[in-house]
Amino acid sequence: MILTARDITKSFGEAPNQTYALRDVSFDVDFGEMLYIVGPSGSGKTTLLSIISGILRPNGGDVVVKDTDIWKLGSDALAGFRLQNIGFVFQDYHLFPRLTTLENVAIPLILRREPWDRSLAEARKTLQVVGLAEKESLPPYKLSGGEQQRVSIARAIVAQPDLLIFDEPTASLDGDTGRKIVAFVKEHILNAQRAIIIVTHDSRIYEYATRIIRMEDGRIVPGTGADHEK
Amino acid sequence: MNGLLRIALKLLLNDKGKFATLVIGITFSVFLMMQMTSMFSGILYQSAANIVNVGARMWVMDPAVQTPQNSIPMPNYVLDAVRSIPGVKFAVPFYVGAGLVKLNDGTYQSATIIGLDDASLFGRPTIISGSITDIYKNNAFIMVKDANYAKLGSPKIGTSFEINDHRAVVVALAHTPVPGLFGLPTLYTTYNRATQDLPSTRYLISYILVQPKSTQDIAAIEQQVKQLGYLALTDQQFITRNDRFYEFQTGMGTNILIMTLISFLVGLSIAGETFYMFVLDNLEHFGALKAIGAKSGELIQMIVFQSLVVGFLGFGFGVLLSSTMIAIAKLKIANYAAMVTYENLFLALIMVLIISVFSSYIGIRKVIRIDPFDVFRG
Ligand SMILES: Nc1ncnc2c1ncn2[C@@H]1O[C@H](COP(=O)(O)OP(=O)(O)O)[C@@H](O)[C@H]1O
Ligand SMILES: [Mg+2]
Repeated sequence: MILTARDITKSFGEAPNQTYALRDVSFDVDFGEMLYIVGPSGSGKTTLLSIISGILRPNGGDVVVKDTDIWKLGSDALAGFRLQNIGFVFQDYHLFPRLTTLENVAIPLILRREPWDRSLAEARKTLQVVGLAEKESLPPYKLSGGEQQRVSIARAIVAQPDLLIFDEPTASLDGDTGRKIVAFVKEHILNAQRAIIIVTHDSRIYEYATRIIRMEDGRIVPGTGADHEK
Repeated sequence: MNGLLRIALKLLLNDKGKFATLVIGITFSVFLMMQMTSMFSGILYQSAANIVNVGARMWVMDPAVQTPQNSIPMPNYVLDAVRSIPGVKFAVPFYVGAGLVKLNDGTYQSATIIGLDDASLFGRPTIISGSITDIYKNNAFIMVKDANYAKLGSPKIGTSFEINDHRAVVVALAHTPVPGLFGLPTLYTTYNRATQDLPSTRYLISYILVQPKSTQDIAAIEQQVKQLGYLALTDQQFITRNDRFYEFQTGMGTNILIMTLISFLVGLSIAGETFYMFVLDNLEHFGALKAIGAKSGELIQMIVFQSLVVGFLGFGFGVLLSSTMIAIAKLKIANYAAMVTYENLFLALIMVLIISVFSSYIGIRKVIRIDPFDVFRG
């Protein structure tokens, strides 16, 4: 098991206006899975994703990633844990417009204090994997939306993390491009040593999931995600 | 270089507009600060020209004297009294005053007349042509060949004119290290001739120049002179007294201080504002860095580094610009009173550091508060 979430609860605000975004959410993720978390807007998908990736502290419950109970770590240790073990793909990419595509991809390695030249060399290889080798010296904004998303995927995988987290990866892309990218991820990025968790409400890409968890009102809809659809 | 700092530098340099605004803003501010303070330093330095040029270790004067520009004559018994103080190696009278020179073409020019002790000629200038002993000839004056030399018609040795209706002959030309501030030509003669030829009050001695036997004697001499009702200062103390006069008893010091503060505030606000915008521009990316796994301390390092880079660049360019301006001005205006001192550089550096620290502080406050959760929420 790469990830175990147990009884995750999260509320926002104080007593009279307190709203529960998550109630007692539990699930597991295994190596080799491409797990989707789907559901209507406001159902708690982003909140859940943030909690299991060590970004948002839950009110209750435990998240164990690769045998580490991540919410028992201090904030710097947790940042270090994310850096070593988790790769992020954000909905709106979050690439630095004032760095080249290559430098953007190298950032996780640079944060890991890898030497500059080695970081760039590794980033170059990873750009080849996503098919953007020839764009390495361009700033990201010169690239199309689909290309930018591939750059951010390259950045997420450059340091070889075991867990990849995608938040609405196709929301800013047209249907065809979105489908192609997710197909590419399943074909070339997913392997038996890692797991990918994707939050989405784009039903056109459901077919690529190995398993789907459906959320509603801060709860996992009973029965969903129980069976692996591999 | 550390890769993160390299990234920080690229983020900064590649935002050409803000980078230029930051560097130019600080450069401008440093330039103004340096101009103000250098001008004031130059004024202070040149206003103390006589103290430096004469080179006496100690000066005795009336307690009301604030600057070497004016003096309050002292009676002769003071000289004898000072000479009899233990610890005084020698003491000589010194005259400094203004004389009105009537040139041969009939025009008038006022000049500084310095009278050196007849016996020792203590405080004499460096002779560049002619001979110092010619000062003992009839009506002899030695002219300082400085920027104000031409105001007396660039006299050669042998040229004569009238000073306060007495005949004067230039017998030698001399050089002094520090030019005066007030643009007056300077003529040296003997103490006796100066006090005879120039209209004077009952008392004649402007200053008594004292050479103590040793440095340890200075305090006792100062004490003893005080008991006489006069003031004895070392040359450094006299320079400081002169500085304090211009700093606190004329409007000049206050105005320079205000202008320097304004330049500082201009730099602070331009740099602070621009740097804040720069951080805001990059804020969501900093948030993404945090999500990926950057520690807050690392983001702070990046920001401090960026603000120091612009600070030091601005400081360097500002100093370069003001030194160049002063150097050019000195070529064009002979008596241009401005000098870049280590104190001024240090002051400007401190102000730049404050600007950098302030800018990073407002940036850091923003960056510390970014919640990487917001990166996900969009
Ligand atoms: N920072 C917050 N403050 C208050 N309420 C929040 C905050 N973040 C999320 N919520 C609430 O939590 C619920 C779940 O939100 P979210 O996880 O973003 O849902 P989804 O990603 O499925 O659209 C929503 O009701 C939302 O309004
Ligand atoms: Mg969401």
